[in-house]
Amino acid sequence: MNKEERIPLLETRDLKKYFKTGAGMLHAVDSINIKLYEGETIGVVGESGCGKSTLGRTILKLIEPTSGDIIFNGQNISKLGTRAMRQLRTEMQIIFQDPYSSLDPRKSVIEIISEYMMIHRIYRTRREAYNRAAELMELVGLARRYADVYPHELDGGRRQRIGVARALSLNPKFIVCDEPVSALDVSIQAQILNLLMDLQEELNLAYMFVTHDLSVVKHISDNIMVMYLGTCVEFASSDALFEKPLHPYTQALLAAIPEPTLESRNHPFKLIKGEVSSPIDPKPGCRFARRCEHCMARCTEETPEYIETLPGHFVACHMVNGK
Amino acid sequence: METLKNTNPILEIEDLSVVYETDLETVRAVNGISMKIEKGKTLGLVGETGAGKTTTALSILRLLPENTGKILGGEIRFDGKNLLELPEEKLREIRGNAISMVFQDPMSALNPVYTVGDQIGEAIKFHNSHLTKEEIEERVEEMLKLVGIVPSRKVEYPHQFSGGMKQRVVIAMALCCEPDLLVADEPTTALDVTIQAQVLAMVSDLRDRLGTSMLMITHDLGIVAKTCDNVCIMYAGKIIEAGTVEDIFTGDRHHPYTEGLFGSIPNLKVKSSRLKPIAGLMPDPTDLPKGCEFAPRCEKCMEICKENKPEIYTEGAHQFYCHLFGKQGKEQAMTEGGGRDE
Amino acid sequence: MFMIFQKKEANIDASLYQGQSKVKEIWRRLRKSKGAMIGLIMLVVMAVALLGAPLFVSYDSAINQDFSLMLAKPCKEHFFGNDGYGRDIFARIIYGGRTSIGIALLATVASCIVGSMLGAIAGFFGGAVDNVIMRSLDIFMSVPDILFTMAVVYALGASFTNLIVALTLAYFTNYVRLVRSEVLTLSEQDYVEASKAGGAGGLRIILSHIIPNAVGVIIVNTTLNVAKIILYESTLSFLGLGMPSPTPEWGQMLSESREFMRNAPHLMIFPALAIVITACSINLVGDGLRDALDPHLKS
Repeated sequence: MNKEERIPLLETRDLKKYFKTGAGMLHAVDSINIKLYEGETIGVVGESGCGKSTLGRTILKLIEPTSGDIIFNGQNISKLGTRAMRQLRTEMQIIFQDPYSSLDPRKSVIEIISEYMMIHRIYRTRREAYNRAAELMELVGLARRYADVYPHELDGGRRQRIGVARALSLNPKFIVCDEPVSALDVSIQAQILNLLMDLQEELNLAYMFVTHDLSVVKHISDNIMVMYLGTCVEFASSDALFEKPLHPYTQALLAAIPEPTLESRNHPFKLIKGEVSSPIDPKPGCRFARRCEHCMARCTEETPEYIETLPGHFVACHMVNGK
Repeated sequence: METLKNTNPILEIEDLSVVYETDLETVRAVNGISMKIEKGKTLGLVGETGAGKTTTALSILRLLPENTGKILGGEIRFDGKNLLELPEEKLREIRGNAISMVFQDPMSALNPVYTVGDQIGEAIKFHNSHLTKEEIEERVEEMLKLVGIVPSRKVEYPHQFSGGMKQRVVIAMALCCEPDLLVADEPTTALDVTIQAQVLAMVSDLRDRLGTSMLMITHDLGIVAKTCDNVCIMYAGKIIEAGTVEDIFTGDRHHPYTEGLFGSIPNLKVKSSRLKPIAGLMPDPTDLPKGCEFAPRCEKCMEICKENKPEIYTEGAHQFYCHLFGKQGKEQAMTEGGGRDE
Repeated sequence: MFMIFQKKEANIDASLYQGQSKVKEIWRRLRKSKGAMIGLIMLVVMAVALLGAPLFVSYDSAINQDFSLMLAKPCKEHFFGNDGYGRDIFARIIYGGRTSIGIALLATVASCIVGSMLGAIAGFFGGAVDNVIMRSLDIFMSVPDILFTMAVVYALGASFTNLIVALTLAYFTNYVRLVRSEVLTLSEQDYVEASKAGGAGGLRIILSHIIPNAVGVIIVNTTLNVAKIILYESTLSFLGLGMPSPTPEWGQMLSESREFMRNAPHLMIFPALAIVITACSINLVGDGLRDALDPHLKS
């Protein structure tokens, strides 16, 4: 399919979110451009503090953007007020990382799942909403006998299924998955990933999958965006990114994954030195420059442009784009 | 290749059972496990939440919660001495001196009101009371350098360090008395991957230089492949498969749970559409199944699995806790036609 | 392998999950707690006694002075004896309870509602709203409670309603601070954000997520407050700002008993016991209720 002809479900243009702190402006999300089409998944990868969770919340307008546009379904929602957003909430949803703190401990499973439907008065009676909630439970693989149970009585995997059911309850088109599996054990993680992929196929959902786990993101995403200190350093299709990562940070990130095979055993880790620097009032220049082994004079002076280096493959790096 | 038998182990655990008892229930955390760590080698202990990994680690130093944790039986032999029978004073000499531990959360291991240097110095002083102040300072700087921290940062407080740096400090504290055995309980789980790589590389490097033996507890098979020599896979308080790292990662015969674990990890090399997770959940440790602990989730479950606990079957150094590898299991598998293809 | 859509259970009617069972559920859990049941029984007995008072003791015997019975010891006709004016202490306890408990309960409930709402609003919305509420609160709190109450009672005159107003004004500040700090913690929780993501407005979030989760702390504080307010009333009576004489009231009885403490201790013992027993029962019920409301402790 030719992407140029399709209209993206979600688009951000130069989206920025800065937080005021005592020490200065914290650049949590800086000039992010995304296009996401119906039924597709964009993976957002980065280390803690790179602004990936803030990005998801800003797109959903749970946090007000500082500047830039968010275009959802052809409508610019970046300036919409709370009331107007409330209507749009039915179309965009979020699944949280922590299946413990994201469910109200005082509500039973069925109450949690039907909460959104009650807010939007989708059904006239509580009973109808509960019926729909029971259907959703089945859809996400939760036995109905858990309807009256409280979240703390369930394990992480089941709790995360409740979160998924709640997100689906309003038939959204777009879901931000904020590290939905990182708090779960591997075998449970695989169950939830499969569930998310099945639901996507069945309901033609678009996901923005935020995670720090590269193997998970490769598995589930069509396109991947790599974030570093609030900026997007590389964007490409999942396969292209893993086959030929162009940005030095992406390369380092990929090299750092311990793979569960013996082939990698004798290669020492390819390390990048240092740690993430402060996102408060960053100086001009590439934000990765201080840790980069290919750092040139230009990198510390001039902010690299985010350019489509290869078809569909965007990189912000002087070394790559300078050639 | 060396096998497990004919070497000199630094730590031997035999038939260890641990329960947590409260008025309401008894949690069977560890149910008769045996393992060996050879001198200078690293043993990986792999398993999911609730498998009993941390309990095993805490039992080694007898650090289980006093009111509830009870060691029911078994032996833990360190350098020939049974740690479970040692009086408390003797054990205190071993803790931190001969065996030290690194926990998952570096913040809880550091005291926020003392400088990093003071804390490392404290650990050194505790076990080497004859050292002078200057000598201790010297050792502190040496240790910081060893874990890749500029010695001048010793006057800083824990909150001034990032997560990865804090874990390095904790490791420095653990290694300052040159222990014979380092028990690392998920040392990098709280860290980002690039930092994890740095810490793992450092730990492996130190281990090789100091000749420390190590027990690496983790849920990440990738870390095991990178750092361990031998592997034990734990499930519901049992070691269900053990062997050399080659046995586990390249061997063609595995416990069904091990296969499930590998099937659950998305593969970076091969594009697959679906993962093959293990159905169901870990059994309730207060109410374990009568037969094999894994039977309720096992695809290859046979009648015998529901009734009897399997024995440990060995193929060289490779051990299985599974009826599929027993004589009866093989026969039954043949008659039922549900066994593995061989 | 394909586990996810496999589980098809018999179609259970969703009416099974109706919310009305909640009250029943809480009641079931409350019944399990012995302390709460003892407290509840005592409270019920007290409530019956206080409400049905006119059926077995006349108000007259509580206020009529009979100097022949001055400081009489407990006897068959007068279970608890008579006070310094020869009034029947039993009758005074019963009718005094009506005033004391009435004032204490109403003042507690009023301060709890006003304080919790203000605290929840301040904590949830933050910013300017928070500042306005908290700074006005500082003004309230900068005046000593007792002075403040005295001023209110003095200005409005001592009566049942005015005492409630005065005590509410003295006590609601505690709730504002308490609930605000609780709300600040709770609003950080992901489920509040989840509710926002579902389109819930501020009021809905406060009522359906924040208050229910803060309820444990509020209840404990409330039950402690009832006893405190009864004692506070007696302080006011002592200063001559309580219910006007001869209306019986526990605190007032207690302060009157002081001069006879050596010769006729029963004048002090009975009202004191009444206060202690009331406070204990309310605390017991409060503790039980807090646990019953918390699904974590459901067994």
